[in-house]
Amino acid sequence: MTHQLKIENLHVAVAGKPILQGVNLSMNQGEIHALMGPNGSGKSTLGMAIMGHPTYEVTDGSISLDDQDLLAMKPDERARQGIFMAFQRPVAIPGVKMADFLRHATTNVRNPERKEGEELIPMADFRRELKDRMGQLQMELEFARRYVNDGFSGGEMKRAEILQLAMLQPRFAVLDETDSGLDADAVRLASESIAAIGGDSMGLLIITHHDKLLVHNPPDFTHVMLGGQIVETGGPELARELHSDGYQRIRQAYPDADAENQTMVADDTPVGASGE
Amino acid sequence: MATETNVPQPDESLGEINKYDFQTQTDAVFKAEKGLNADIVNQISSMKEEPQWMRDFRLRSLEIFESKPMPSWGGEIGLDFQDIYYYLKPTNEQGRSWDDVPDEIKETFEKLGIPQAEREYLSGVKAQFESEVIYGSLKEDLAKQGVLFTDTDTAIKEHPELIEEYFATIIPPEDNKFAALNSAVWSGGSFIYVPPGVKIEFPLQAYFRINAENMGQFERTLIIVDEGAEVHYVEGCTAPMYSSESLHSAVVEIVCKKGSRCRYTTIQNWANNIYNLVTKRAMAYRDATMEWVDGNLGSQLTMKYPAVYMMEPGARGEILSIAFSGKGQHQDAGAKLVHAAPHTTGQIISKSISKNGGRSSYRGLVRVEKGAHGSRSNVVCDALILDEESRSDTYPYIEIAEQNVSVGHEASVSRIGEEQLFYLTSRGLTEAEASTMIVNGFIEPLVKELPMEYAVELNRLIQLQMEGSVG
Repeated sequence: MTHQLKIENLHVAVAGKPILQGVNLSMNQGEIHALMGPNGSGKSTLGMAIMGHPTYEVTDGSISLDDQDLLAMKPDERARQGIFMAFQRPVAIPGVKMADFLRHATTNVRNPERKEGEELIPMADFRRELKDRMGQLQMELEFARRYVNDGFSGGEMKRAEILQLAMLQPRFAVLDETDSGLDADAVRLASESIAAIGGDSMGLLIITHHDKLLVHNPPDFTHVMLGGQIVETGGPELARELHSDGYQRIRQAYPDADAENQTMVADDTPVGASGE
Repeated sequence: MATETNVPQPDESLGEINKYDFQTQTDAVFKAEKGLNADIVNQISSMKEEPQWMRDFRLRSLEIFESKPMPSWGGEIGLDFQDIYYYLKPTNEQGRSWDDVPDEIKETFEKLGIPQAEREYLSGVKAQFESEVIYGSLKEDLAKQGVLFTDTDTAIKEHPELIEEYFATIIPPEDNKFAALNSAVWSGGSFIYVPPGVKIEFPLQAYFRINAENMGQFERTLIIVDEGAEVHYVEGCTAPMYSSESLHSAVVEIVCKKGSRCRYTTIQNWANNIYNLVTKRAMAYRDATMEWVDGNLGSQLTMKYPAVYMMEPGARGEILSIAFSGKGQHQDAGAKLVHAAPHTTGQIISKSISKNGGRSSYRGLVRVEKGAHGSRSNVVCDALILDEESRSDTYPYIEIAEQNVSVGHEASVSRIGEEQLFYLTSRGLTEAEASTMIVNGFIEPLVKELPMEYAVELNRLIQLQMEGSVG
């Protein structure tokens, strides 16, 4: 069956301050949705709310996966239901090797009923698969022995996020500026990678300022966020327009949302790992 | 005289149940009366058929113990010294091979989960069960190289010249109250002598545990690493829980002669009611390296500061210390480096974890004496606090009496980050799994220094400590 992620009238506040103010968005597995919008419009907040970050408080509305209430689940339960987010600025976990972390995560996501302390997937199988995936992403094997995000360059962090996406094979993934901080070659590699690792079988919500990621992963839908709301939805041509012309037309067309966005940016204090 | 001990009921006031709590019935051969006086000390010495000088040493140490005040720093010590057994000898003879080891003691090993294959791999296992080393085997090739590895009681009979030359020269009974206590009533412990130039490739190991109610354990270890020799000694403890207070007060003395190298690794997991008050010190001579790797889990109060005195130029001291304090536990652990000669180098890395109201303190001293020019020392302390109720303190003492030296100190305290937990849980790990992974990552610098089986055991212990800690 085709799975569906459905967001209805979503309101999210951070430290009591409203950010999202009634977001509606439905995605089917296999679709690519681009989420664009000026800084501070609430794009990352939507991703964090989908993943269940405790700082992002849902004050109204719903997020459901098929007929299941995602909001009633903890982040790990969401992950095991096939939800994933590639973070803009992932945190370092010193002393924890990428391979050990990934083996644990992969086991849990593939066996959602696994109890703590039960066997992990066999080391030999895991190694083989990890090696294949890393080859596909043109990553050095040494990478698997490094500590999670510890001392990674910006580009390495993004590639590590894509590697996790490849291993976990979620039903739905939010990619939060997975192309930012990368040079042109790296963006091309990242873009191709997402397609190569089976991105077309996932539902992808791609948050981006660039068009390169979208060239290799052309969106079925483009959503524009402004002032905590999705103000316009279109096809791939909308993404191209925003990339070449900017948000001037949108700001003028939705003055209330634009005013709200200005306020949000002015009040903005950094929150969370990837808060904008 | 045989006594039977019953399986104790865990005392709920002690908080979390230690998973290694179990007690094996023991047929004790001899148990001294409770309490401490000259008669008891004489009795212990007689039982052991010791030479007169050792008896005199014990009696002199008892006087020193009685004259010294309790330490005024560290933690609260609520001990009644008259309510403790100071000596208990569990079996008549030393086990010579695995087959000779009594079944109930094998059962204890079984419960500790040390697989048979691993036991056989352990080349020189010496297990101190209650007060005596009851099982020991030493590889023949070690013996051929002249390596001596025995319990200290046996060493007094078989190698009196080495004992008389070195015993209590590194830590005299005057050093501190608990060193004096140990000197008066000591029993068991390991004696190792490595002849010049002999390099032992694999770690020598000893498992021991306390296993009788109200039983103090006062082992005494002496290691002599002769010129150019190398040894790695490992001891590990997991202790069962008792309903009344217990005392562990060991003394470990190490001599590292010119160009030698010694590493002493300890992983201890004491029951939550045990006072663990240990004095450990090494003297490193010209170009010798001494390393302490010290992991402390459990106990009610641990006060332990492994020391390296660098006595001649080129000596090096390294101390890697880790403490995990849970509910009702206070780890006052640290290290001591004394630069007593020029061009000596030292390093202290201390890591502590506190959870469920546990308290960890780092207490460390770096002293550079007059004349020790060109010496360098570096101290790094990292503390991880898992919840609001827990506590971490740092007490660094630095004394420098010389110019042209370099002494560095850095300390950090962090809480398990919400961001780290979120990151790991967003990949499908439960909160408990994520916390354990973060803690294991935190102690990784220590774990990677351990022999494989100890690394596995330490990770297992941490996991037990962490289970149910998040909710």
